[in-house]
Amino acid sequence: MKIVFIIIRKEFKQIFRNKAMIPIIFVLPLLQLVILSNAATYEVKDIQVAYIDHDNSISSRLLIEHIKGSSYFLAPIHFETSRQAEEVILKDKVDMVLEIPGDFEKNIINSQHPQIALRINAIDGATAGVQNVYIQQIVMHFNKNIQLKNKTLNTFNQSFSKTESIASFWYNRNLNYKTLMVPGILVLIITMLTIFLSSMNIVREKEIGTLEQINVTPIKKWQFIVGKLFPFWVIGLLLLSVGLLISKLIFNIPMLGSIFLIYGYTSLYLLVILGMGLFISNFTDTQQQAMFIAWFFVVIFILMSGLFTPVESMPTWAKIFTEFNPVAYFVEMMRMVMLKGSNFQDASRLIIKTFIYAVIMNSLAVWSYRKKI
Amino acid sequence: METTIKATNLTKSFGDFTAVDKLNFEVEKGEIFGFLGANGAGKTTAMKMLIGISKPSAGDAVVAGYQVSNQAELVKKNIGYMSQKFALYDDLNIKENIQFFGGIYGLDSKSIEVKYNRVVENLGLQDYAKQLVRSLPLGWKQKLAFSVALLHQPKIVFLDEPTGGVDPVTRRQFWELIYEAANQGTTIFVTTHYMDEAEYCDRISIMVEGEIKALDTPKVLKKEFGVSSLNDVFLKLAR
Repeated sequence: MKIVFIIIRKEFKQIFRNKAMIPIIFVLPLLQLVILSNAATYEVKDIQVAYIDHDNSISSRLLIEHIKGSSYFLAPIHFETSRQAEEVILKDKVDMVLEIPGDFEKNIINSQHPQIALRINAIDGATAGVQNVYIQQIVMHFNKNIQLKNKTLNTFNQSFSKTESIASFWYNRNLNYKTLMVPGILVLIITMLTIFLSSMNIVREKEIGTLEQINVTPIKKWQFIVGKLFPFWVIGLLLLSVGLLISKLIFNIPMLGSIFLIYGYTSLYLLVILGMGLFISNFTDTQQQAMFIAWFFVVIFILMSGLFTPVESMPTWAKIFTEFNPVAYFVEMMRMVMLKGSNFQDASRLIIKTFIYAVIMNSLAVWSYRKKI
Repeated sequence: METTIKATNLTKSFGDFTAVDKLNFEVEKGEIFGFLGANGAGKTTAMKMLIGISKPSAGDAVVAGYQVSNQAELVKKNIGYMSQKFALYDDLNIKENIQFFGGIYGLDSKSIEVKYNRVVENLGLQDYAKQLVRSLPLGWKQKLAFSVALLHQPKIVFLDEPTGGVDPVTRRQFWELIYEAANQGTTIFVTTHYMDEAEYCDRISIMVEGEIKALDTPKVLKKEFGVSSLNDVFLKLAR
């Protein structure tokens, strides 16, 4: 035990002696948290519409007014010809082109199914879908209003009784995307920092030759590994603390569940990641190699964790993969505990999975670490 | 005399290539044993087996009373090692390095303090005790690394080209440290490319392509090969 303590003391000295490392460890990740949480959004706003009005009637102008009145849209820009409008869509100046045909009002009055043409820039399909939903809502709204106005002319349509569904959103009442993103991004930051630090730290000793010196001493494998990884475990938990504080103070993210559960789970999760870092460092000879391999895993784990894209909409093989993705466990855990107030029992499935993962990962890491060459 | 190293048919092969081929030799307690050979002759590979970080493919060696093949950790407890590369932590200062390496060999903090004071005094490093090891000149670093390798009073110290790149004056001082340790009964096992240093050794062995081709005192070897310097002995064998 004393030897473990001696190694830990040396590691902390080296980490905190490196003046450039302290901001890298604590300031950069938290900046990421603040920046990414504000930027990574599913909200579609400030939609720019270009329109060509061949009708130039009261009805067509009313439709444009409706768009103008929506908080999701910027004031639409008027063009004379559809060619002009298409030019600006090519230049990415507008998101969609709305063309109102010459017989628009006439068709409304005659109940002839008036039609408008809509061209949406769908390079980003998800965004285009949302934009389409918004504009459809506006058109529906416009329809209602126009029907009310033409009530005398058109009583028949009004007799339709429409079924409406009223949704109530649980756990994230205001559909605030930050509530969803902040716990997830915190996971991302903790994972990246600890896997990079741990994988590169041991390889660094290989590079400078001190590992050989250590291997000639009677230090035991487990003493060295525990001594090496413990400081990063502490740093991971420290980062969690600061991250939770920021998510409360800046983003006002609720903490419905037990904070002890979060800490307990993170302690376990960090063992998985640190074991992985050690495993990587055992199979690499330079910090550069270690970094690229850690990066390879981190990118896959994060992009497939359900942090940015919902797991539910992934193809089946990817869903199966997330069963083996520790970052996905952590993201789910954080969201469950912080936002839904899930308790130990609710999360037991994740905890058991993480525990098994930690055991396997660390056994592999210890097994592959060799004091011999 | 007491034998501290005894190699018996010590062999290491990597696939078809035999880097070290059936070494047989003995080293006595308190002896300064020079381990010579051209680059690639297999010196470092042989040494790595003797210090317990590389398993022999065949044969064995008894080092400080333990077999390297299956008692490597006990061997490690009783030896010191200084590699070609400077292998102290250059982002720690002299005291922190001594605390660390002394600590992992199980010395208590009191005796670490005593040793630290002795090392600093011996090497005249009082003014640099608080500086990071990084900022010391190479020669001083090597002397410090040697002192650190001796902290736990090992029976044998293995030195792998300890004076590479060091100026002649510092090399001389380094060899004074080696003599001092040998006089106190520590066995010194040293590799070098400097023939003047080889002359300082009690006995030397010369390795060529994985085998020991010559082993005796410098004087006898020169006589045997009918030349006036060890350099000529080396050239005759290595060519």
